[in-house]
Amino acid sequence: MKVTVLIPGVLRTATDGAAHLDVDVPEPATLGAALDVLADTYPALDRRLRDERAALRRYVNFYVNGEECRRLSGPATPLPAGAEIQILPSVAGG
Amino acid sequence: MTVVVAIGTRKGLWLARSEDRVTWQVDGPHHAMQEVYAVAFDTRSGLRLLAGVSSPHFGPGVSISDDLGATWEESSSPPIAFPVDDAALERVWQIQPAPASQPGVVWAGTQPSALFKSTDGGRSFEFVEGLWNHPHRPEWEAGFGGQAVHTIVPDPSDPDRVLVAMSTGGVYRTADGGKSWEARNKGIKAYFFPDPWPEFGQCVHKVAQHPANPSRFYAQNHHGVYRSDDGGDTWQSIADGLPTDFGFAMVVHPNDPDTIFTFPIEADGRRFPPEGKCRVYRSRDAGKSWEALGTGLPDNFWTAVMRDAMCTDNAEVPGVYFGSRSGEVYASPDEGETWHQVAAHLPDVMSVRAAVIPT
Repeated sequence: MKVTVLIPGVLRTATDGAAHLDVDVPEPATLGAALDVLADTYPALDRRLRDERAALRRYVNFYVNGEECRRLSGPATPLPAGAEIQILPSVAGG
Repeated sequence: MTVVVAIGTRKGLWLARSEDRVTWQVDGPHHAMQEVYAVAFDTRSGLRLLAGVSSPHFGPGVSISDDLGATWEESSSPPIAFPVDDAALERVWQIQPAPASQPGVVWAGTQPSALFKSTDGGRSFEFVEGLWNHPHRPEWEAGFGGQAVHTIVPDPSDPDRVLVAMSTGGVYRTADGGKSWEARNKGIKAYFFPDPWPEFGQCVHKVAQHPANPSRFYAQNHHGVYRSDDGGDTWQSIADGLPTDFGFAMVVHPNDPDTIFTFPIEADGRRFPPEGKCRVYRSRDAGKSWEALGTGLPDNFWTAVMRDAMCTDNAEVPGVYFGSRSGEVYASPDEGETWHQVAAHLPDVMSVRAAVIPT
């Protein structure tokens, strides 16, 4: 199942400059499964999005069709066909 | 001779260079907006700079430069990763190249408290299970800055012997390459416990050793300054003669095992230099007596020097360096006699290391 992932400017050094990536996610399609697929091609992106336990980094937000995944089911959030996943750094630091 | 000083701060890394260690050119930030708690120069072949960097958003890592910051290399996979279910790397607190007899070996100390070993110059690290599996680990607590292995002292000649210090937990030592570890805190006071002399649980802030006398260690504790002459088996106070026994830094003169430098801070509850005067203290007799060094250093200095924010370089007459939470960095070209400002108005300085650039 195909979904689209939008990459913020600050992370495009890890995607060879790509601003959006089309990802073919195996069923059952979840946010975590989409990130697993991305990790195979872009490991340097993955380590900035998730720690070594595949936990989402606290100050990175993942919007699935406009809804932040932590208000859904986190990495287990199901993805409808054609879903758009927007990755955005949240407010952190001082 | 050109000396380079790496200055790790809460918001990036700066590099300062000088021909005379009096006037300095500073460039940066490198790794802007990333915390740099650990920096190291690997002088074993050429001059490699390693930085433990941590982004509040995108997590921690290790960045390497072989051209003094012109370019940086960071591996695509995490160089340091916990292979266990109950922990993930939060921050790298210490990067310590091993002695020249162990080329490629670099140690890393982390938060949460763990030790990692690289055999490829710092590109990838292996987890030291023996320390992680220590039965004391459930009782190691987080200090104010977090629970971390922040000090690694590899033996100068025996690759199986390594000493580490953590807050809290104290000093641990291995003699079998990291398979087994023994707490080595006898004589170090933990005033914050009902029994102030426990086997472990101390908050040792920094331990230093001189390669010419590997059985001797110096320690700056969370209240208490100590020396061990038996490889860490027992510790004796060397705080008499200091204005206070609190502080974070402890540095040994690279050519004289009896000369040490520290930066006293008034107390746990008053983390300023005594009377607000910026002073380095030096002992020339292994801690029996101390002298204040302040020529060129300011008064009204209401800040503090962190555990890795003091160091020497490797010149024939070594320079001494320190940086403060207020973003000031000072250098002494003459073993502490006189001081010159390297930089000011930087973010909080967390780590300082210096080296002569090979010609």
